[in-house]
Amino acid sequence: MTPAVELLDVTKTFGRLVANDRVSLSVRRGSIHALVGENGAGKTTLMKVLFGLYQPASGVIRVDGASVRFRSPWDALRRGLGMVHQHFMLVPPLTVAENITLGREPTAGLAFDRKRAEHDVEELSRRHGLRIDPRVRVENLSVGEQQRVEILKTLYRGARILILDEPTAVLTPQEVDELFAVLRGLRDQGDTVILITHKLREVMELSDRVTVLRGGRVVGECDTKDTTIGELAEMMVGRQVLLTLDKAPSKPGGPALDVQGLCVRDDRGLDAVKDVSLAVRAGEIVGVAGVEGNGQAELIEALTGLRPVSAGTVRLGARDVTRATPLERLRSGLAHVPADRLRRGILAEYDLADNLILGRQRDRPFAKGAWLDREAIQKNAVDTLAANDVRPPVPQALVRTLSGGNQQKLVVGRELSRRAGVLIAAHPTRGVDLGASEFIHRRLLAERDRGCGVLLVSSELSELLSLSDRLVVLYEGRIVFETRPADTDERSLGLYMSGQAAAHA
Amino acid sequence: MKRWIGPLVPPLIAVFAALLVGAGFILTVGQDPIAVYGAMASGVFGSAYGWGQVLFKATPLVFSGLAVVLGFRAGLFNIGAEGQAMMGSFVMGVTGAWLAPRLPGIAVMGVASAAGIATGAAYAAIPGVLKARFGAHEVINTIMLNFVAAALINYFGHAAFVHETVHTPELPPAAMLTRLGAWWPPLQGSPVNLSLGLAALACVVVGLLLWRTPFGYELRATGMNPGAAEYGGTRVPAVWVKTMALSGALSALVGVNFVLGYKGYFESGFTSGVGFLGIAVALLGRTHPIGIVLAAFFFGALSQGGLVINSLVPKELVDILQAIVILMAIVSHETVERWMRKRS
Amino acid sequence: MDAEALVIGESLGLLFAAFVAQTVRISVPYAYGAMGCTFSERGGVINIAAEGIFLHAALAYTLAAYFTGSAWLGVLAAVAAGSATGALHALVTVTFRADQITSGLGINLLAVGLTRFVLKAVFHSSSNSAHVAGLAPWNIPVLSSLPGLGPLFETPLVLVAVAVVVFSWWLLFRTPFGLRLRSVGEHPEAAATLGLDVSRLRYAGVLLSGAVCGLGGAWLASDQRSFTDQMSAGRGYIALAAMIVGKWNPVGAALACLLFGAAESLQIRLQGAAIPNEFLQMLPYVVTMLVLAGAIGRAHPPAAVGKPYDPESHG
Repeated sequence: MTPAVELLDVTKTFGRLVANDRVSLSVRRGSIHALVGENGAGKTTLMKVLFGLYQPASGVIRVDGASVRFRSPWDALRRGLGMVHQHFMLVPPLTVAENITLGREPTAGLAFDRKRAEHDVEELSRRHGLRIDPRVRVENLSVGEQQRVEILKTLYRGARILILDEPTAVLTPQEVDELFAVLRGLRDQGDTVILITHKLREVMELSDRVTVLRGGRVVGECDTKDTTIGELAEMMVGRQVLLTLDKAPSKPGGPALDVQGLCVRDDRGLDAVKDVSLAVRAGEIVGVAGVEGNGQAELIEALTGLRPVSAGTVRLGARDVTRATPLERLRSGLAHVPADRLRRGILAEYDLADNLILGRQRDRPFAKGAWLDREAIQKNAVDTLAANDVRPPVPQALVRTLSGGNQQKLVVGRELSRRAGVLIAAHPTRGVDLGASEFIHRRLLAERDRGCGVLLVSSELSELLSLSDRLVVLYEGRIVFETRPADTDERSLGLYMSGQAAAHA
Repeated sequence: MKRWIGPLVPPLIAVFAALLVGAGFILTVGQDPIAVYGAMASGVFGSAYGWGQVLFKATPLVFSGLAVVLGFRAGLFNIGAEGQAMMGSFVMGVTGAWLAPRLPGIAVMGVASAAGIATGAAYAAIPGVLKARFGAHEVINTIMLNFVAAALINYFGHAAFVHETVHTPELPPAAMLTRLGAWWPPLQGSPVNLSLGLAALACVVVGLLLWRTPFGYELRATGMNPGAAEYGGTRVPAVWVKTMALSGALSALVGVNFVLGYKGYFESGFTSGVGFLGIAVALLGRTHPIGIVLAAFFFGALSQGGLVINSLVPKELVDILQAIVILMAIVSHETVERWMRKRS
Repeated sequence: MDAEALVIGESLGLLFAAFVAQTVRISVPYAYGAMGCTFSERGGVINIAAEGIFLHAALAYTLAAYFTGSAWLGVLAAVAAGSATGALHALVTVTFRADQITSGLGINLLAVGLTRFVLKAVFHSSSNSAHVAGLAPWNIPVLSSLPGLGPLFETPLVLVAVAVVVFSWWLLFRTPFGLRLRSVGEHPEAAATLGLDVSRLRYAGVLLSGAVCGLGGAWLASDQRSFTDQMSAGRGYIALAAMIVGKWNPVGAALACLLFGAAESLQIRLQGAAIPNEFLQMLPYVVTMLVLAGAIGRAHPPAAVGKPYDPESHG
């Protein structure tokens, strides 16, 4: 049987960056094919090439045995491909029916036939078990419902080959189960599903075959039943994964960060953090686990002063900072590695030296009276760059020219150079290669051993289990579980994270 | 490529393209482009008077250009320099006229400029506050405030203007800035005055503020990435308000050149687009004070050149050239940036 | 007694009709401009160039009417000139992805210079063109004979303006094209993933914008039967303000145009008697600022307006 999709030696470059390097891939018709790899391995780029959003530099793409050259998604759609993007591609003020039929609208004369669009969508959703009201505006839908709209969009266009990019990242466990049931249904009726993910458990549960990408290249392909999580993980990162780091037992001191009854609202005014109490002592790392979107972002923003607190108190050492500005908190001994480096952590057009004083631009020795002290800024840069292995260690280089890993080392290095009493580290190794990741982990442990209280928020359970001295699980804005890494494992944490195990243990 | 050549490429492309398009217009009226451009250059730069005129016309453009640059650097698009200059100059003229019989000349100048600058700053702070408080976009608000300024001046002008005119009473010579012609006779006849020095000083001050002070650091950080600036302890809304106020103060300096350096009174409509040209100057000058000086000089020369060639070609050729320079400056800037990003 | 009351009532009625007629006439160019701006912005391209497009189109009307003697060819020329100016804006902002606000300002400056240049070259005057033909009135049964309002219904470009408002609303909210145009103004990446050509749709929005604004220019010149230097006199910016106050909806924008027109009409009638003229003059601008600040209901511009779309942006 001819494969549904075949890629032969596909290469895609962005300037000098090679995102996909001679990638070959074959996807059987009527199968679920997983494409796995770390962040930045080139999975999404590859699928955007397949879908016609990017033009490959070289290589051949075949769909149903015929060689194709997609100049736009339009061409891909016509050949029966559909893609559900990680960041939903929906137009919020338009209705479900409008979003689904956009580009292929039913018409009555010259006008858009709204009645028929709604009717068609209703029927389609019933047929595939994807319940949705076609008349609602997309901006009023939950995340899970939005994903249903995305899938319906591709089915409406008659897609027989469905690409899903990290579809479970934002879903609750129930929604994940529903999604998997829908995907299996599609496979069983002969459609093909390509699933991009870095969650190996999902690969094992759902897929028939799996391809592993690393650094833009294919490093392995096999039937799912012939492999194991360990084997896939090894292929993904390129060598045996070290799940445990050498670390001395912690010697916790007095309270460094003390949070009592904290409530925080999200951008839509809904309670995102609900009555959270939490203490971090000097010299310990407290990990916060949870599926993304369960209040972590709002918790961090509230602790760092970037979002107002609706109830409760936050103390840094002895000082109540509940209403303090970000600057006052920084000056009271808070350091913060932000979750989103590009949005919060760096000033891309500033040079490394200027980035390394962000947050201390008004403090000695960098500011003297009304002026910046260029010499002090330069000296700080030389020292910090060397201590944190940032490459290239050139203070005058612009930050945007650095790789993601080096940008992250810069941010971590800057925050550690504050020698603060409390460090809030959010996803400190996200989008970073393994070498930089290990380096950052060691730096965090050293910071702990120096006597800093560290609050570590991460979506990587292995990171949390290997670094933390204590762990809490955040689910729907509440702490639902508290434990020590030695007393738990990924499986039982997963139960709490998905809300399946309730209440405090 | 040497470090200082790169930034020059887009402006040079823009100027060259504009001259090329201009040549087309010159041909349509049956003239020889080379002859016209030649006449323009020799007419402008062939005499000390011409140079003086260029410097006189460049002076306000430096102020409004800096005003726009300061906003740009903080991520704000101040299209209201025109209105801020009008408001500031009006108050400058009114205050000066009222104080002239009461205070010595130098004090009149000082107090009148201070009042005008404060007015410009306050007027520009309005869109700053609206953005900080309500998230209202400053572009639309500054456009609207340009028209409001015109209406306000009409309204208050009933009381302030000399009967049957649209200008405020004239200041005595003692309350006016010295013209450079008084020191160097060849410049006599040109109204270029001490404001030119003020313009140079303003460039230095803006440069120091942006690159040598913590506030400048925060201002540029806000323009680059407000999220990161906020993370780094900057109160972003406060930066918006302060930057707009400073920008308005710089716009008001346009009035120092006109009211205190040239006419001795405020006259309705004298700004005639200086605020908009400030945007052109800021773009052509790559939002850098040194670039502003060069760009203001260029536009000053162009505007003087229009008068020189008016017998050959309608002087509006110059307006067309200015507009093409603006359009080509943003196009070439964008294209060159894209090309550089692709290469790296 | 009764007869006297009748006379007073009748003259009050006529007075009111005259006020309405004047309001509508003043609103006509605003309406064309506001509809035009709406098309552009709904597609994601800020268009503050209505001012410049008015000038180009008014001059084109004048030239065509002058050389051909036909007013309707003048209207055609105005629409063509408007579209061409729109095309320039689209070239700069969509093809080259340069800043949309700056492009609009540049076009407005260009229009001032270009129209004066042509005025001098063709009519040898820096302020006025020759007198040209206006559009002949339409004689519409019943409507044309309405007291006070009749002349309004006889003026072709007034009726066309009403039609354009209705058409704009229908096109934006009732057709596939409108749906697509709005989607590229809100979320161009989403539209692109469905195979829509974002650039082409944005071009369509901006060109349509130029064409409709062009009708506004035709109105200015045909109403006055000549071209005057800077005859747009800030109307393009009032049109922009009306679009904002009308919340990017053609019907809302048309109502805002009428509001602004009524304020101006009052200004002319009251001559500063009750309210200082300047305050009525400020009304459109102040109302717009209040709307933007959320004081009169929040206005939401299309989410992607002002942002260039780069199909190969990494990530």
